[in-house]
Amino acid sequence: MEIPGTQHLRNKDFTDKVIKAITKLTREINRKIKLMHVCGTHEHTISKYGLRSLLPKEIEILSGPGCPVCVCPAADIDKAIELGKRKDTIITTFGDMIRVPASNLSLAELKAKGGDIRIVYSPHDAINIAKENPEKEVIFFAIGFETTVPTIGYEIMSGPPSNFSVICAHKLIPAALELLISQSQLRIDGFISPGHVSTIIGLKPFKIFSDAYRVPNVIAGFEPNDVLLGILMLVKQIKEKKYETLNEYTRVVKPEGNIKAQEIISEVFDSVSSPWRGIGRVLDGGLSIKDEYKEFDADKKFNIQIKKSQDIPPGCSCHLVMVGKLYPYECKLFREKCTPLNPIGPCMVSMEGTCSIYYKYHE
Amino acid sequence: MSMKKVSSSVIRLAHGAGGVLQEELINFITRNITYKRVNKGIGVEELDDGATIPLEDYDQEIVVTADGHTVYPIFFPGGNLGILSVCGAVNDLIMMGAQPLAITSIIIIEEGFSFDSLEKIVNSFNFKAKEANIAIIAGDTKIMPRGTLNEIIMATTGIGLKDKNIKVLDSNCQVGDKIIITGSIADHGTALIGSREGLNIASDLTSDVNILTDIYEVLKPELAENIIHAMKDPTRGGIAGALNNWATKSNVSIQLIEELIPIKKQVNAICEMLGLDPFMIASEGRALMSVNPKNAKDVLQKIHSTEIGKNAEIIGEVKKDNPRKVLLKTLVGGTRFVDMPLGEPIPRIC
Repeated sequence: MEIPGTQHLRNKDFTDKVIKAITKLTREINRKIKLMHVCGTHEHTISKYGLRSLLPKEIEILSGPGCPVCVCPAADIDKAIELGKRKDTIITTFGDMIRVPASNLSLAELKAKGGDIRIVYSPHDAINIAKENPEKEVIFFAIGFETTVPTIGYEIMSGPPSNFSVICAHKLIPAALELLISQSQLRIDGFISPGHVSTIIGLKPFKIFSDAYRVPNVIAGFEPNDVLLGILMLVKQIKEKKYETLNEYTRVVKPEGNIKAQEIISEVFDSVSSPWRGIGRVLDGGLSIKDEYKEFDADKKFNIQIKKSQDIPPGCSCHLVMVGKLYPYECKLFREKCTPLNPIGPCMVSMEGTCSIYYKYHE
Repeated sequence: MSMKKVSSSVIRLAHGAGGVLQEELINFITRNITYKRVNKGIGVEELDDGATIPLEDYDQEIVVTADGHTVYPIFFPGGNLGILSVCGAVNDLIMMGAQPLAITSIIIIEEGFSFDSLEKIVNSFNFKAKEANIAIIAGDTKIMPRGTLNEIIMATTGIGLKDKNIKVLDSNCQVGDKIIITGSIADHGTALIGSREGLNIASDLTSDVNILTDIYEVLKPELAENIIHAMKDPTRGGIAGALNNWATKSNVSIQLIEELIPIKKQVNAICEMLGLDPFMIASEGRALMSVNPKNAKDVLQKIHSTEIGKNAEIIGEVKKDNPRKVLLKTLVGGTRFVDMPLGEPIPRIC
């Protein structure tokens, strides 16, 4: 199952070499270095392999808003819950989206009370469910960044059954990053940019950070030594006072991205200003389904209105954790009132959420 | 009934997944039992693999375990519900340091279930019991109307005997002990996940479901001398659940070395594809042991002499610092905590 030539990506001797090089450069830079990644899977790798314990203590790695479950606004979940309460309706979605508390309930609670909520592994599973249940409405609650968008776009383009529709809660990463970077008080020294998203959209959308904002930027893969190499490439730029967008993940990411996938995205979706849980409204931060495909847009098909929703419960600091202003353990609720068993904020629910990862892997 | 004691108003699937929620459910069920033990025996509040009934004038005591068995699909790569039921009961007895003697069997069947499938399951059950050298001494059957039960479930009681002075308990891990696993982890759970409908993951991976009798037989002297301080089969919740249990109950930390933990390539591949953590996935034919460090190598060698234990490894040790925690030295040399699983493992999104 191993991709040839990737053996070194989990090799400890290789890790030791990279760490040595990072440590040497960090000493020469001789100040604190703040790096940020924006991908739940990067945080997962960093935590799973204990990478922070290997890095010099001058290097601080913040996790940005990279968890698609965490940034999905409560209003969208409320919408899925309202639709899920209807008779003859099946709600389908990915992974732990069903556990996220919205304003009152989570989809998991609705399921335990009798709602037909199903976890699927791909949108195609949802299409199959729609074909098998022609008498029911099958709604796919679509979340995720650029990575998950093309497969859903493809299904919509391919003429799904008429009882199938989509709640489109997709978010776009570069716009949110730009919002973050423009908040000067964060002072990020470098971005570890997401390999999966770049696989689709390529390098170009990330160049603005190095070119316009003069922040070094490296697109990195997800093996432990991928992430460490990415950090080395950032530290090297910082040392040499360069500002470039570089690609560590060359075995997967092409500079131009996946053109076919990009075409599907622009065929089916429009980019729109969109609310991110914990961050607020982001210009061009989300997608909506184009009018040509409105019969598959659950928003238009069912016209559900959510009046008032609560994104961040009282006392919760998820909005600060998500943008790297606070570490989870600095939140008063962390580990005390807010645990994966009883999550109060969205970052504690998702396995990709920073709080949940800190709860699992850190003291 | 007060709702404040539990985290939700209804039972969720995760309440049965061997994690924190399962503890919550068990506490909820057992909190107002009046008599929780027989004399000075091990009782329900220990939440160990089984209980003991001391017999006053004898050197031995009776060990009793109870186990309910459900599995989907009921026929899975490498086994079926019948085999699983015997193994569950026998292994729980062995994990208490007991010689398995007998089991009882309850079978609850959904109306419409085929005799053909039932035959396969009971044949497996009966033959596996013979292999384990134990008698099936009592049983009961119930039939439920169609739709009120999914196919078939089984429940067993295991009965065994052990010397009173043998102390193999979750709370008995001692600082310095070596941790042994008798084979590769997470085969059972991963094989099941891989074979479930809709996933279509082709692999030759089979469940590790098996009785641990051979390992018990070779380790009898070590058990009698209390060289083996704790034993546990990492079923639901995987090794993460089992080891956290030990760390908490023994008030120690357990430090693992990732590269020493045996794990099959197929298991790694399926888990990585689905974003699952193999440390949290069940085995049904493996044991973890906490062993006196002076004898660890001998114990390992004896386990290696059995067919089911030939891939056994020493994977870590018991330490004093960071009590009640399980730590892992990762493949690349970093250190992290291994937490108690929360509930049913759910695949990650991207």
